Amino acid sequence: MSLSKQDVKNAAALARIEITDQEVENALGPLKNVFTLIKEMEKLNTEEVEPMAHAQDISTRLRNDIVTERDQREALQANSPAIEKGLFLVPKVID
Amino acid sequence: MMLDKTVKELGDALRLKDFSSVELTQAFLDRSKSLNCEINAFITIDEEQSLAQARAADETLSKGKPTALTGIPIAHKDIWCAKNWITTCGSRMLENFRSPYDAHIIKRFNEYGAVIQGKTNMDEFAMGSSNETSWFGAVKNPWDLNRVPGGSSGGSAAAVAAGMTPASTGTDTGGSIRQPAALCGISGLKPTYGLVSRYGMIAFASSLDQGGPMAKSAEDLAILLEAMVGFDVKDSTSLQNKPVDYASAINESISGLKIGIPKEYFSDHIAPDIQKGIEQALQEYQRLGAILVDVDLPTSPLSVAAYYVIAPAEASSNLSRFDGVRYGYRAPEYDNLNDMYAKTRAQGFGAEVKRRILIGTYVLSHGYYDAYYIKAQKVRRLISQDFMRAFQACDLIMSPTTPSTAFKLGEKASDPVQMYLSDTFTIAANLAGLPAMSIPCGFDQMNLPIGLQLIGNYFDEAKMLAAAHQYQRATDWHLKKPPSTTV
Repeated sequence: MSLSKQDVKNAAALARIEITDQEVENALGPLKNVFTLIKEMEKLNTEEVEPMAHAQDISTRLRNDIVTERDQREALQANSPAIEKGLFLVPKVID
Repeated sequence: MMLDKTVKELGDALRLKDFSSVELTQAFLDRSKSLNCEINAFITIDEEQSLAQARAADETLSKGKPTALTGIPIAHKDIWCAKNWITTCGSRMLENFRSPYDAHIIKRFNEYGAVIQGKTNMDEFAMGSSNETSWFGAVKNPWDLNRVPGGSSGGSAAAVAAGMTPASTGTDTGGSIRQPAALCGISGLKPTYGLVSRYGMIAFASSLDQGGPMAKSAEDLAILLEAMVGFDVKDSTSLQNKPVDYASAINESISGLKIGIPKEYFSDHIAPDIQKGIEQALQEYQRLGAILVDVDLPTSPLSVAAYYVIAPAEASSNLSRFDGVRYGYRAPEYDNLNDMYAKTRAQGFGAEVKRRILIGTYVLSHGYYDAYYIKAQKVRRLISQDFMRAFQACDLIMSPTTPSTAFKLGEKASDPVQMYLSDTFTIAANLAGLPAMSIPCGFDQMNLPIGLQLIGNYFDEAKMLAAAHQYQRATDWHLKKPPSTTV
């Protein structure tokens, strides 16, 4: 099955990236080449193999659910594109 | 001339008061400023902040207890958050992001008394092998300004090669320390996954990302690595390991060292000059008492394929945080919340980053997850098992770092697959989480550097550094400088 323009549009919608028809057109060729490369994996029989999620096959360390950071609201919000009264501003969500 | 000295030599000179850290830092800042318009290795230079650290270091040098790094300027890849420094990750998305905190390694270098000399250019979000995807423009290779320095830590590699800084840091997800080190003729080390904390490293592919040092020599890498390693509670994948004195360990003899030669890494795809350079390096190792043994890494040829599922999948998840709300770029005009996200991300990310987010989103989406993502994780296990078998027969594995020397700017920009294949020998070590490094081992007919890759077993950094150091004591490839006509 080959990658279609609709596949690219769907992925862009899921990833919240605006994409024009022209950009889909331009993206499709290189993406198909990438998937040709990826599909080389199909040559290998991996039926009996367990997937490996971590570089050393160990599970993630857990910690107690306690507050460890001090309040840095102002420092952190200094990088925000829009702030009012200590709150992040976003466009109106509910009419 | 202080600009030519290694970190080791500079540290000795600082402690002997041959010059001050302020003088040293100013000299490197001046050289960086004069060369940056050509090389473009730095995104941010902030003299005031650097010199304030240098003055504090001079205090320590005269009154306190200096470390091996006190007063040494070090340039950091702009992927590391450093408090009060603009930290862009090479992206428009973070063009104005001033980090409110220090990454773990920045904190460590500060504790060691090192000076932050600036933030180096890189492929956007570390996605690239040529430094051409940076929002701040391509970096030029000091050996030939028409060629790429490699990527993604291209600015860090070019800065060391051009003598703009004594040493730098990088990160390596699929070869991003080793490939630019090879293309710029310097030494670079990607440690065992989990050895260096990822806290404060802007995430690309979290199961693969690992930070490490880049410098003129293996001896310098050992000094820098010592400051970078160590358990960090703030990185959930940080590993506990007993401390190693890398600076002493490099003097270990390599007589009897078994070097594994994987035939899969010596294919027809390698440029003949590289083949020759690597063969000569291996002969030198035999003169030093090492023994060559054949090993098999049969699944390695599929490492690029598996990587381009796993890395984009993780990236698509990691980069979802860039939404134009809490920090970073926000599109100036939009109709509603969803439109704001979509326009912000369309404008804030460059083409390669968007391509990888699309690949990652697609392979994780319903109906494709098993065929791509799970399949790639299975291939990853087989690649890892290949290495474990190989290390039963050898101590280290050696290969070329790259299939070709530095390529021309724009040469691979139109075909992502050609670009991806330049990491064909480096990616497997990331998938397995193994330590690996690149050291210079010669030049091709165009006087472009060739890199030798060393891959070690888990936590065998000391063994690798010793092998690299013994080679650098016997050869002088690492001391060669780019022709003065270019820099």
